[in-house]
Amino acid sequence: MRIGRWIGDHVIMALAMVVLLYMFLPIFFVVLMSFNDPTSRLSYEFDGFTLNNWTDPCAPSGMCGAVVTSLQIGFLATIGATLLGTLVAFALVRHRFRGRAATSLLIFLPMATPEVVMGSSLLALFTSAGLSGSLGFWSILVAHIMFCLSFVVVTVKARLAGLDQSLEQAAMDLYANEWQAFWRVTFPLVFPGIMAAALLSFSLSFDDFIVTNFNHGNTITFPMFVWGSAQRGIPPEVNVIGTVMFGIALLLVLGGGLLQRRRPTPA
Amino acid sequence: MSVAQAGAVTGGALGPEPAPPRRRRSRAGYWLLLPGMLWLVVFFLVPTIQLAATSLYDPNGSLDAGYAMTWSFSNYTHALQQFQAPFLRSLLYAGVATVLALLLAYPLAYAIAFKAGRYKNLMLVMVIAPFFTSFLVRTLAWKSILSDNGIVVNVLQALHILGPDGRLLATSVAVVTGLTYNFLPFMVLPLYASLEKIDLRLIEAGSDLYADGFTAFRKITLPLSMPGLVAGTLLTFIPAAGDYINAELLGTPRQYMIGNVIDSLFLVQLDYPAAAACSVVLMLAIVVMVLVYVRRAGTEELI
Repeated sequence: MRIGRWIGDHVIMALAMVVLLYMFLPIFFVVLMSFNDPTSRLSYEFDGFTLNNWTDPCAPSGMCGAVVTSLQIGFLATIGATLLGTLVAFALVRHRFRGRAATSLLIFLPMATPEVVMGSSLLALFTSAGLSGSLGFWSILVAHIMFCLSFVVVTVKARLAGLDQSLEQAAMDLYANEWQAFWRVTFPLVFPGIMAAALLSFSLSFDDFIVTNFNHGNTITFPMFVWGSAQRGIPPEVNVIGTVMFGIALLLVLGGGLLQRRRPTPA
Repeated sequence: MSVAQAGAVTGGALGPEPAPPRRRRSRAGYWLLLPGMLWLVVFFLVPTIQLAATSLYDPNGSLDAGYAMTWSFSNYTHALQQFQAPFLRSLLYAGVATVLALLLAYPLAYAIAFKAGRYKNLMLVMVIAPFFTSFLVRTLAWKSILSDNGIVVNVLQALHILGPDGRLLATSVAVVTGLTYNFLPFMVLPLYASLEKIDLRLIEAGSDLYADGFTAFRKITLPLSMPGLVAGTLLTFIPAAGDYINAELLGTPRQYMIGNVIDSLFLVQLDYPAAAACSVVLMLAIVVMVLVYVRRAGTEELI
């Protein structure tokens, strides 16, 4: 019996490790290929080691410009979606209003709709409004705020719903007015949820290809650049950007974890 | 994104929520809702309606001359006839990828929830780590992994699973591998969220009543993880059915899914009515599936 359990425990852990390896394999290859010295433009194999991609990552024309565009759109979309979504989350958790079911449905639907449907719907709308010639930065931004919003609502709502309202009550008992109770008690407690929502929005926006592809006009984001160059041969510098993104995100998550450990937030 | 909250995002998507806190009745609620909901109405709901309208436009119109509304329901029969193969392929690939993702995700989520101990947070970070770099760049990495002279193909050839000229790239195996990989975290996180909530005393009680490990799993753990399983399969199947990046980068036109067709009809052939009809069919197929699935699995709260 005891031997059976030991085997059971370790087999499950070994299986889990194999699955994690599967999830990590592509990242390993992204890092590896960032040092690749390809023999031809269309080569997807590791042909030789070089540091050139790292010393001059902006060599492919247009790539770094596309990264900057993606950062700008990601930053603005994050601000817009986080602001609008946080307000909606507060309304859902703290206020009573008519049409709650319809509101929930409207928030849920964008998360359940395939991106190709959302992207093509927006294109159909913009075209019928006579805007198809002027699509670009603004239409990408509008679309990104739209699909990030629902994820912000869900994330902030989860944090807010788990909050003990008696804490605010206690603050008010101690003569804080509603405003003070909100900014001194509620907001700091919800803030980790808002930060998580903002980071999620940024990564959704920065990484979006499908919705952007339908509404980008002549504006090129980083995923658009990668897609475009996939037909002509991917420059290995793309993997440098991929590796740097991975490194920054990893540092943010590990840093956030350390901060939380040092300053434990009340559950 | 902190790990716990990453779990909350996907786990909370369809999971139950705690008892609602006291809610105030005041106008403020409407003002808080207004900007966000207005955004969703204008840039999600209205476009969806416009898409449905476009799917009924006169198929003989063109972008330059403009389309007339002729209620041409025949656009749908044409689209379904002409693109039957990519439609079925989308459902098939997404279905297989979802089943594979479930088989891979369950042991992983189970191990994180019950066996990881102090490495729980580390393993959760590893689950979301693939999100840290670009979807397209990761999918292109699969092109290197599965390439004709790559290690995977060489091993499979040495084992005679693959013939000497056999390849993985540009096959449906590559597309399904990519789909499974890309949406796997969406399966792991909700599964983990519902497994983690299980009260271990229930399983102990099961074994006190002479259930062996497998029976306890089948009668206790599996039913209690159903909300996560439902959320995970939906979160995997829906984006996989609409995806066309994997089919484009890892497959050939023979592996094209409905997303490839919609993209090409809208952006290359500029045949808006047919493209819109395909989009609407995809959306309806998914809505019907979600409704049937959610009703059968009994998950009521959506967000």
